[in-house]
Amino acid sequence: MPASHLLSVLIWLPILGAVAVLAFGRTANTARWLSVIVALATFVVSVALWAGYQIGAPGLQFVENLTWIAALKANYALGVDGISVALIVLTAFTSVLVIIGSWGPIDKRVSQYMAAMLALEGLLIGVFAATDALLFYVFFEGMLIPMFIIIGIWGGPRRVYATLKFFIYTFLGSIFMLVGLIYLHMKTGDFSLASFAQVHLSAREQAWLFFAFLLGFAIKVPMWPVHTWLPDAHVEAPTGGSVILAAIMLKVGGYGFIRFSLPIAPDASQEYAWVVIAMSLIAIIYIGYVALVQEDMKKLIAYSSIAHMGFVTLGVFIALALVRVNGNPAGARLGIQGAMVQMISHGFVSGAMFSCIGVMYDRLHTRMIRDYGGIANVMPWFAAFMVLFAMANCGLPGTSGFVGEFMVILAAFQDSPLTALLAAFTLIIGAAYTLWLVKRVVFGEVGNAKVAKMQDLDTREWIVLGAFALGVLAVGVYPKPLIDLMDPAVLQIVQQLGLTKL
Amino acid sequence: MILFNPNDLLAMVPELYLLGATFAILLLDLFLEPDQRGITHWLSLTVVVLTGVLTWLDAPAQGQAVAAFDGMFLHDGVATVLKLFVLITTAIVFVYGRGYLRDRKLFIGEFYLLILFATLGMLLLVSAGSLLTVYLGLELLTLSSYALVALNRDSPLSSEAAIKYFVLGALASGLLLYGMSMIYGATGSLDLAHIHAATGSHRTLLAFGVVFLVVGAAFKLGAAPFHMWLPDVYQGAPTAVTLFVGSASKLAAFGMTYRLLEGAVGDLHPQWTLMLSLLAVLSLAVGNVFAIAQTNLKRMLAYSTISHIGFLLLGFVNGTPAGYAAAMFYMISYVLMATVAFGMIMLLARAGFEAEEIDDFKGLNQRNPWYAGIMAITMFSLAGVPPLFGFFAKLMVLKAAIDAGQLWLAIVAIVFAIVGIYYYLRVVKVMYFDAPREDAPLALPADNTFRWALSINGLALIALGIAWGPLFDWCSHAFTIVAETTR
Repeated sequence: MPASHLLSVLIWLPILGAVAVLAFGRTANTARWLSVIVALATFVVSVALWAGYQIGAPGLQFVENLTWIAALKANYALGVDGISVALIVLTAFTSVLVIIGSWGPIDKRVSQYMAAMLALEGLLIGVFAATDALLFYVFFEGMLIPMFIIIGIWGGPRRVYATLKFFIYTFLGSIFMLVGLIYLHMKTGDFSLASFAQVHLSAREQAWLFFAFLLGFAIKVPMWPVHTWLPDAHVEAPTGGSVILAAIMLKVGGYGFIRFSLPIAPDASQEYAWVVIAMSLIAIIYIGYVALVQEDMKKLIAYSSIAHMGFVTLGVFIALALVRVNGNPAGARLGIQGAMVQMISHGFVSGAMFSCIGVMYDRLHTRMIRDYGGIANVMPWFAAFMVLFAMANCGLPGTSGFVGEFMVILAAFQDSPLTALLAAFTLIIGAAYTLWLVKRVVFGEVGNAKVAKMQDLDTREWIVLGAFALGVLAVGVYPKPLIDLMDPAVLQIVQQLGLTKL
Repeated sequence: MILFNPNDLLAMVPELYLLGATFAILLLDLFLEPDQRGITHWLSLTVVVLTGVLTWLDAPAQGQAVAAFDGMFLHDGVATVLKLFVLITTAIVFVYGRGYLRDRKLFIGEFYLLILFATLGMLLLVSAGSLLTVYLGLELLTLSSYALVALNRDSPLSSEAAIKYFVLGALASGLLLYGMSMIYGATGSLDLAHIHAATGSHRTLLAFGVVFLVVGAAFKLGAAPFHMWLPDVYQGAPTAVTLFVGSASKLAAFGMTYRLLEGAVGDLHPQWTLMLSLLAVLSLAVGNVFAIAQTNLKRMLAYSTISHIGFLLLGFVNGTPAGYAAAMFYMISYVLMATVAFGMIMLLARAGFEAEEIDDFKGLNQRNPWYAGIMAITMFSLAGVPPLFGFFAKLMVLKAAIDAGQLWLAIVAIVFAIVGIYYYLRVVKVMYFDAPREDAPLALPADNTFRWALSINGLALIALGIAWGPLFDWCSHAFTIVAETTR
């Protein structure tokens, strides 16, 4: 394996870029151009990472390992498998679009906003690349700081409430995880995820660790019933903040489950899988109904995100039952693959939906559904994009939303037809709230005089929505490259699941 | 009987230098006009820095411990690390305090002399090898501190704080002395090492004495329920003095606690561990919950100190060198954060205006983004958010508690850390999310040294967050004693 510092570049380029933007972005336009250049450069490097990643080669790639804290044997250890590569590329891709999308709407303290976004990007890439638990935790918690600032400064009227709730809620979850990590360190003597995965733990220890991790990651995902921070955060966040939050930050929770819960506490994960599966199903069905009654578009999409993330946790935990109870590793593989595809797909779809709402909000400065109506008459291009993303949100075949959900439902069916049936309700409920939203906002007569004056997309918005549409369609029509990329990693997880640690 | 050995003097060269230089400054200051006070300032700063250099040069080899003056004065790694940080913080106090004191007509020689004497007391205290030297150092420190708090004698708030500090401090010293007399009665010795060797018998009497030692130490550290003096003293004292009392003397209090509890009665570890655990839980609860209600930033930081002392005590429960190293690391990190926080209050203060209400920081980001950033870093660091220094300090004490098998204590600590997050975030909130009261850019003090030092102090919290390994190793090595010699 040739020594390569691509991952370090991916982490530090945006972070140092953020410092540069703060230092040199004296005028708004300098800050904007500088950050677009940094974000694009990061994206190019992430594509190079993708291109350089050898599918099928065993183990982690692009490994970097430097001693960080000798006293704790904590290392600056980075490495990626297919799942991480996919998420890193998604992060870099979305960050570019977010920065382009914030070009106009953010007009006060632009350099600080752009710097916060770039720093967030670097920290998120760090989360997906870290193979040392302490380093992971540092990135995992560190990303709260820029997000706290983004919601708090550029957010809506109740931004202070929303951002404090966001910060304290997510901090609460992860700090228990920290205790779990220290405990594991006491057992193994270092912080590497690989040795955490190998250490033997009693059923009791695993149960404690499992719930510590569950609290941390369930809040991040977020799962019912610890989701209540998300609608507030989404509603008050500026468009860019919502997009990053929905498209990337929520994925950290799902990623954490497969990196921590499953390998470290597999037996407890199996024992308590029913808890997670039940929570996922409640998220899919109940939160779907909650989304149906929302009057605020952002809140509606926020709830729909929770419902869709339910498929991620369902796919991950259904795999345990499939491997261990039914002896069906092929089904488990399908479940985890579905969950991972759903993560990527939801990144595109939710990012696109929030961008669409941002486009409307920039024109009328309201997010209420009743203030719109008949937008298709005045903004035909916008309407076309919005309908496409709405279809993807309902899981229409041919869009990315279909692939992941279908795979998870297929896997669930092999375990229990009832679970599959309940999960499949999303096809009805998801369609109901999304299509009803589209009907009320996009179609029909022009709602009022203000709507009649709305201008169609400008070039900048075209680029953003067009890029998201490409992502949605590419994954929807031809998901094979994505699945192939992640398959070896998924296979390895499935194999690990078969081994007990007791 | 104390046998005098000239070599013993070598062990306390920095202290002797500081003592001599302080007297020289005392004499010189008598002949200076008020507008020449800058000379006292620079001389005192130089003396502190040179004492630091001497301490560095005079440091015992790693793992070596020397007991000089028949065991009265310990010259070891712990003392060296603590002394260096005491001197660094004292230098910071001088640099930060100058403009603030001048604006308040407190730019007087007494400030410098009292602090120099207090510093001498702290150096003695952290090196103390006998109950007598402990008390000598402690009284030199606290008597100077009482006078410092009352420095602004025309201010009723300041005088009230000084009286409160004096009465409660005297009470604490009395309790400590009472405990010492018990220990002396049980072991027949004042020497910490002899006491340690003689703790086998008279366990009840010793345990009785230990209670008073713990109470005395808790008073000086500011652990609940012996914290009553802290908020009033922090608020009432001139901020430059608060900075001193809240930073350097905490390091010395840590040193004293370590010398007394581990050095003298380390074998009664099971007894005092339980007491310290209770103090830790109470401090975490009182500090974090009461801080939420504060509108005055200095009072808030006082309660925050109490909660940090709670965290610090987690390092003691294990009773191992690793635990003490974590606690010392925590104390150093806290002191470096507290200096920025109080420095920011002095940066924003002007003649006739104290920027000590949290609302005085409103909209700071619009008025001066750089210093708003420095303050935000400090608040996030105090709250324990990675990748800042404060997080790793918390990590190490939590690890010490978990290694000690006190998982419940670690969990209590983190629950209160979550509570604590709120009031630190509130400061960030007023700086970043609220509109400023006045739109004019922040009028910065002309003192360039202060501004640079404050910025470096703030950025150090990031730098030490990324590369804290060497500092922690230094702390750990300080507690690993390989060879003990008596000169």
